[in-house]
Amino acid sequence: MAKFQLKINGKTQTVDVDPNTPILWVLRDHLNLVGTKYGCGIAACGACTIHLNGVAVRSCSLPVSSIGTGSITTIEGLSQNADHVLQKAWEEHDVPQCGYCQAGQIMSAAALLKRKPKPSDKDIEDAMNGNLCRCGTYLRIKEAIKTASKNL
Amino acid sequence: MSSSIPSYNRRKFLKATGIAGGGLLLNFSWLAGQALTPQELAAMPAEWFELNSFVKIAANGAVTLYSANPEFGSNVKTSMPMILADELNVDWQKVTVEQADFFPKRFNRQFTGGSQGIRQGWKPLRTAGATARQMLHEAAAQNWSVPVAEISSANGMLHHKNSGKSASFGEMASLAATLPVPKNVQLKKESEFSIIGKSKKNVDLKNIITGKPLFGIDHKVPGMLYAMIVHPPAFGMRLKSVDAASVKLMPGIKDVFPIKIMNEEYLRNFFDTATFIEMVAIVGNSTWEVMQAKKNLNATWEVAPDTTFKMAGFQGNSTTQTIPGGLESTEGHRKVFEEMRKKPGNILRKDGNPEEAFSKASKIIERTYTAPFLAHNTMEPVNCFAHVTKDKALIYGPTQAPEFIVGTIADRLGMPKENIQINLARMGGGFGLRAYSHHMVEAAVISQKVGAPIKMLYTREDDMTYGIYRPTYTATYRAALDQQNNLLALHVKAGGIPESPLHQNRFPAGAIDNYLAEGWEKSSNITIGAFRAPRSNFIASAEQSFLDELAEAMGKDPIAFRLELLNRAMTNPVGKNNDYDAKRYASVLELVREKSNWNSPSDAGNHKGVSAYFCHNSYVAEVVETSLKNNKLVVEKVVAAVDCGIVVNPDAAINMAEGGIVDGVGNALFGELSFNEGIPDKKNFDQYKMIRQKEAPRKIEVHFVNNGKEPTGLGEPLFPPVFAALANSLYKATGKRFYEQPFLPQLKANEIAV
Ligand code: FES
Ligand code: FES
Repeated sequence: MAKFQLKINGKTQTVDVDPNTPILWVLRDHLNLVGTKYGCGIAACGACTIHLNGVAVRSCSLPVSSIGTGSITTIEGLSQNADHVLQKAWEEHDVPQCGYCQAGQIMSAAALLKRKPKPSDKDIEDAMNGNLCRCGTYLRIKEAIKTASKNL
Repeated sequence: MSSSIPSYNRRKFLKATGIAGGGLLLNFSWLAGQALTPQELAAMPAEWFELNSFVKIAANGAVTLYSANPEFGSNVKTSMPMILADELNVDWQKVTVEQADFFPKRFNRQFTGGSQGIRQGWKPLRTAGATARQMLHEAAAQNWSVPVAEISSANGMLHHKNSGKSASFGEMASLAATLPVPKNVQLKKESEFSIIGKSKKNVDLKNIITGKPLFGIDHKVPGMLYAMIVHPPAFGMRLKSVDAASVKLMPGIKDVFPIKIMNEEYLRNFFDTATFIEMVAIVGNSTWEVMQAKKNLNATWEVAPDTTFKMAGFQGNSTTQTIPGGLESTEGHRKVFEEMRKKPGNILRKDGNPEEAFSKASKIIERTYTAPFLAHNTMEPVNCFAHVTKDKALIYGPTQAPEFIVGTIADRLGMPKENIQINLARMGGGFGLRAYSHHMVEAAVISQKVGAPIKMLYTREDDMTYGIYRPTYTATYRAALDQQNNLLALHVKAGGIPESPLHQNRFPAGAIDNYLAEGWEKSSNITIGAFRAPRSNFIASAEQSFLDELAEAMGKDPIAFRLELLNRAMTNPVGKNNDYDAKRYASVLELVREKSNWNSPSDAGNHKGVSAYFCHNSYVAEVVETSLKNNKLVVEKVVAAVDCGIVVNPDAAINMAEGGIVDGVGNALFGELSFNEGIPDKKNFDQYKMIRQKEAPRKIEVHFVNNGKEPTGLGEPLFPPVFAALANSLYKATGKRFYEQPFLPQLKANEIAV
């Protein structure tokens, strides 16, 4: 066990965990931030996507000890009032079915728009290909990202 | 499962003080896995007046509607309350939808599956809404001393035209709740619907996009421990021994022990499918610590012999089922297919004299189709919360069918059913998998043993390898043609491990004079379960691919050929038990022909394939358009024509339809689970290829037949036709027929990238 000070959604939080613990489980089990989901544990589904210093990363494969002073954003911290341009677009297109993959989808999309505010279809496909949606909401995800991009 | 509303003792009003205690009715603080915020609490009305099982209204006009069915993503939690709200004449903006717990005294059929939610809920929900509306009218009439017939309502307001009086539902709710429940109520005409047929957003949308705890996996209570199971590594194996000491001293580990999830003599029900009766449980302080112990656990497994169990049947007749021992492999399954194709099957239907017709044929076309086992791979892996105390069990987790597991839990824990409370979590996908809920028994047994609340989680590997798969199937179709290429007879022999995919009374039965359908099945220890449109999802692909090839051999357009057959079934049907309405079937084909511009040439480089199928009471025709630019397959467009009667929530229905289509393209191209010595060859998403953003169709169009008929299924019927529509389109694109699912290996062999 070891103590870590983590910057999460603008707040500093301290946890005492095994240094190998993936940040996903630190968020879910220790900090009660359960919006970030477990899907595969091997960086193959995107359900656990968060931002580390504004870049999309798979939290299931990132040990807490590797975070250092990096700042983490989770779906809970993406906006104050569910008013991130992507969250609004997700509402407009009523994207989710079961909803389980959607936090990861939104976080991947948010990192994309940060990098590329006007992504092409190909940019969207490339950036979102790591995020599985078993329910098959892919077309709506794409449309919602385009809407968000327009509204930026 | 009948679909009426059970009668129960209505409570005249409910105090909101139940909130903190997690009472049965006002339980959403508990369900959400976190306490209400002070603002949310302050906004809660102090009293609710309950008009029936589904409706409660507060004095301030707030309306809460219960959603009784479990939600796995098919929108029932939004669409079903919309039906209630429409008849109730309430303002949808003011409605709060609350997920009901499993509560059989109040609700019938708390089951999500078979695409039956809306269909079977249609009348009961409308009646419940109209009944509550009528009681509010009565209350207003009494209050204003006017005849009830003069009262009208809209948007949560009651009006009396002559006196100009009006009041909100909230003002009349306390009186209404004391009135007798009317026996006969007037339901609205379709033209009077104001909510049904108008798209409403998913009621959980905001919570989903902000990451609120909604799923079983998100649940947590103080003092809760984390649990995982270790199941045998192969089908056909069982636990021999476990060396608990091998991991017990690892950090954070509380306990390690074998669990048994069913009593030997337990009479199982149809949904009691349990792959491994004995497993090892590991309990600890956190998911990660338990995962580490799981990796290091020393357990030995052995090959299990044949085993038997008793299964409850109709009218108290039980049967004994045998599960064969041994380690099965896909290669062995292929051999079974070959042997069974040579043997006669069970004759399921025979019209005319097919043998004679085949003997006279001048040409016989015979084609064989196969499909592998498929894993459901819901995004949320199996998990369940349980808190079992001396005489009570509280279970919270994903299930499509609480009523099929409650008895199993009760029997295993040794408690009366009444002491088992199952609460329904939003599910991260279902697709049929969660109709089988043995994970609830597992969680309950673990909690009982450790004497603490626990949350059990399967790793993705556990989830993908524990069974309840879509079976593997094969079908051979034969057609007899005369010299003028007229169709004389059709013969299908289909089977699977461990079930046959045939629906012998569905199209094209009824349209062909000489028809023979044979089925067979071979048992297996690899467990199976319902998977989005069970059986249909394969037989549609075989049948509709064969009809395409047949049409070509007969020199006919594939749609025109199907319509010809349907016309025969409509005007002069063969046989009696034809399980479809040929007219509705034909109408979706006509609609898809028009909407896909079937008769005009495709865009340059694009190729169209068609397919149609009837299942879950709905008719669907689909045209898939593919291209092969630079030897890369792109599914350019899918056009679907759907007859599922009245569409309650159109945009959500389109979303669901898109999902069924994407699922179909994905499984047709990639879906496959094979076995070697009982071990599944794929364990996680790096190996099991699932459809992703890049492979999804570029465009999907969904057109509903607007015929005002009562609503029927939607979650499943879009799925089965996709496979053949894609195969038929690929034939036009490549000149090759695709007989074996998934299609990816054949595409690769033809140097086509996906
Ligand atoms: S859980 Fe991290 S990518 Fe799947
Ligand atoms: S909405 Fe269900 S997995 Fe994406």
